[in-house]
Amino acid sequence: MKRDQPPAIGVAAEPLGLRGVTLAIGARALFPPLDLVIAGGECVTIMGPSGCGKSTLLNHIAGTLDPAFSASGSVGIGAQPLDGLPPEQRHVGILFQDDLLFPHLSVGGNLAFALPAHVRGRAARRARIESALLEAELPGFAARDPATLSGGQRARVALMRTLLAEPRALLLDEPFNRLDAQLRGDFRSFVIGHARERGLPILLVTHDEADAAAIGGRVIRLG
Amino acid sequence: MRAAVIPAAPALAPRRATLAWAPALTVAAFVVPIGAGLAGTVAPAFGYLPAIGGNEWTLAPWRSLFAYPGFASSLKSTLVTALLATLGALAIALGSCAYLHGTRLQRRIGASIAPLLAMPHAALAIGFAFLILPSGWIARVVSPWLTGWTVPLDVLTVGHPSGLPIVGSLLLKEVPYLMLMTLGALNQVPADAHTRIAQSLGYGRVAAWFKVVLPQVYPQIRLSVYAVLSYSLSVVDVALILGPSNPPTLAVLAVRWFADPDTSRYFLGAAAAALLFALVGVAIAAWAVAEKVLAYLGRRWIERGTRAPYVSPAAATATATLLAMLALAAATIAGLALWSFAQTWRFPAALPDGLTLGNWQRQSRSLLDPALTTLGVGLAATLVALALTLACLEHEAHLSAARSARARGAQVLWLIYLPLLVPQVAFLFGTQVLLVRLGFDATLAAVIWAHLIFVLPYMFLSLADPWRAFDARYTRSALALGSPPWRVFVRVKVPILLKPLLIACAVGFAVSVGQYLPTLFAGSGRVATLTTEAVTLSAGADRRVIGTWALLQAVLPWFGYLLAALVPAALYTRRRALNP
Repeated sequence: MKRDQPPAIGVAAEPLGLRGVTLAIGARALFPPLDLVIAGGECVTIMGPSGCGKSTLLNHIAGTLDPAFSASGSVGIGAQPLDGLPPEQRHVGILFQDDLLFPHLSVGGNLAFALPAHVRGRAARRARIESALLEAELPGFAARDPATLSGGQRARVALMRTLLAEPRALLLDEPFNRLDAQLRGDFRSFVIGHARERGLPILLVTHDEADAAAIGGRVIRLG
Repeated sequence: MRAAVIPAAPALAPRRATLAWAPALTVAAFVVPIGAGLAGTVAPAFGYLPAIGGNEWTLAPWRSLFAYPGFASSLKSTLVTALLATLGALAIALGSCAYLHGTRLQRRIGASIAPLLAMPHAALAIGFAFLILPSGWIARVVSPWLTGWTVPLDVLTVGHPSGLPIVGSLLLKEVPYLMLMTLGALNQVPADAHTRIAQSLGYGRVAAWFKVVLPQVYPQIRLSVYAVLSYSLSVVDVALILGPSNPPTLAVLAVRWFADPDTSRYFLGAAAAALLFALVGVAIAAWAVAEKVLAYLGRRWIERGTRAPYVSPAAATATATLLAMLALAAATIAGLALWSFAQTWRFPAALPDGLTLGNWQRQSRSLLDPALTTLGVGLAATLVALALTLACLEHEAHLSAARSARARGAQVLWLIYLPLLVPQVAFLFGTQVLLVRLGFDATLAAVIWAHLIFVLPYMFLSLADPWRAFDARYTRSALALGSPPWRVFVRVKVPILLKPLLIACAVGFAVSVGQYLPTLFAGSGRVATLTTEAVTLSAGADRRVIGTWALLQAVLPWFGYLLAALVPAALYTRRRALNP
């Protein structure tokens, strides 16, 4: 293994655990208390109609819950509780329906933004970014403006950006919805494949039965 | 879907033609006086002004300007105050926006800075002087129990050669201005989503704002920053009230020479004004270069991947400064009010001995005429500017079906900012010469026109975004129902956009009330408004007298904002969509 490869957190990855988690707006609870342990490399799908609180649950795990909601129960990765930690200290990666690539940075700049500063030196950082682009089947794209990429290419860059920040869990907030049917299946297996390779627990939120069927893991229905 | 569009096309055709004059006329309304005024100021700087015997082109005005004994220190205080005010305002505004992003406090502060924006520079400067003078409110509150002062210290605060009081007073106005511009620009970018993504990648809230949001927002506030830079370099009323007197800043020097009974001094004034124009140009160019350098370094910083936790305390400091400034601004206004109602207020008492309406009663006679002039000029300038702005925006709305309005908007934006970028002293003298030539000076119409130059851009900037955001399908469906275009405009568009429309009017009126130099020049010093009188009185009148003038000047624009808030609220009490 090359020296500048990411630390092999994938191998010893820890589970994402939710214990008695509920979300409420005012006095109204969105769903009954949720207990869930997602092992490293496992993908659990949460399904439900819009407004059932599935995206809100992801926000809660990521630490960006809207203050209008109140949460109870606890969330943790391995032995470490996440409750009360600011989002930037949680190491929880999240992908949304929009790729949210930063328009003021190049493709490589977007990836460099995510790559932790402990990868030092321009050459080492550039090599890591190139290898990430290679993984995304976009070699030589570092200098490109993200606006010139296709939807599928942008989605793959967004995933690589998330993974470069060395997350310990991956949350997917309907990231496949924007893509057309053909791309959708490809990108889905691309995301799940890469996350599994790193041994990340994956929590997917969707309202499309096809996603759940294709992934084939546990399915939880809310609402 | 297409059926909804089709009826609109034939109905729009005649209207497009009727409003085609609007952009050209609007641009002419301020480009012509600025262009002619600049020429009429630069020419005398090179000795050419036949009306007073300057028939030869010469460098003599420049030589006497550079030889003027106070020139170097005047230049220095001009540059230092402007640079400190602009850098300080930008740092505090951006730091606060970064620190407060997404918090509830942000909204509250956003609301509380609006009254500050409405307050004329002169009134704020006078109130600020009342605070910081050796015998000012701050000294009174801490004396004698803390300081032991029973008489005011014999030191210079107001009028200090460093010009720092000017910086303080400018900051009180320019920080809220830049903050409001930034908050507006934030709506144009996916700031929240990008911040959240950056947080999930391990960045703190504040670092995320600086690395991800700021680079997207800055291009949209760039012109406002240049406007602050130009204004700070060329401000006259604030510098007259708070600045050093001998030598004063360059802009005050120019105005002093332009007002000299000895007309040969005009050449000297013109040279100072032209130099100021050049200085503003150089300063903006230098700022633009610095932007490029910082953008390059910033990209390196972003791509190095440092999570930069140290920016958070820096932004917290900026926010603390902002809160202190808001407290200071509140004290400024309270101080003006106290003085205007004070019976007697001896040093070092923290409060007046008693309150009375006497000051107001004694001043009411002399206040009335200038107050009516201020009101009339302000209303007239606002109404004319509103008509021109609406004509331009409606014209654009009809064109935008064919072309991208936003792209065209970006092209003319520089033009709209022109009156805010060119220093007032640099063209008002030339405009005045032109008005005298036309026998049109010292008339109310001339003053209204001079105000229009500055009211127009602010009203346009205030109204353009809501007007462009209007859902054109309302217009199309009303036309499809058989209403003629004018009726759709009056019955559908104006009522829906009433709130932004009235706010734009309040902004325009506030801008007019605050104008000092344009009133002075276009009125040839013979049209008295609350602003011109307050600035004149600030040189030495009783603080109780100054207090009444400055407070009335400050209160007048607030009435505008109050109406802009109350009228839609009263009309639409049961229309939640129009009255959030």
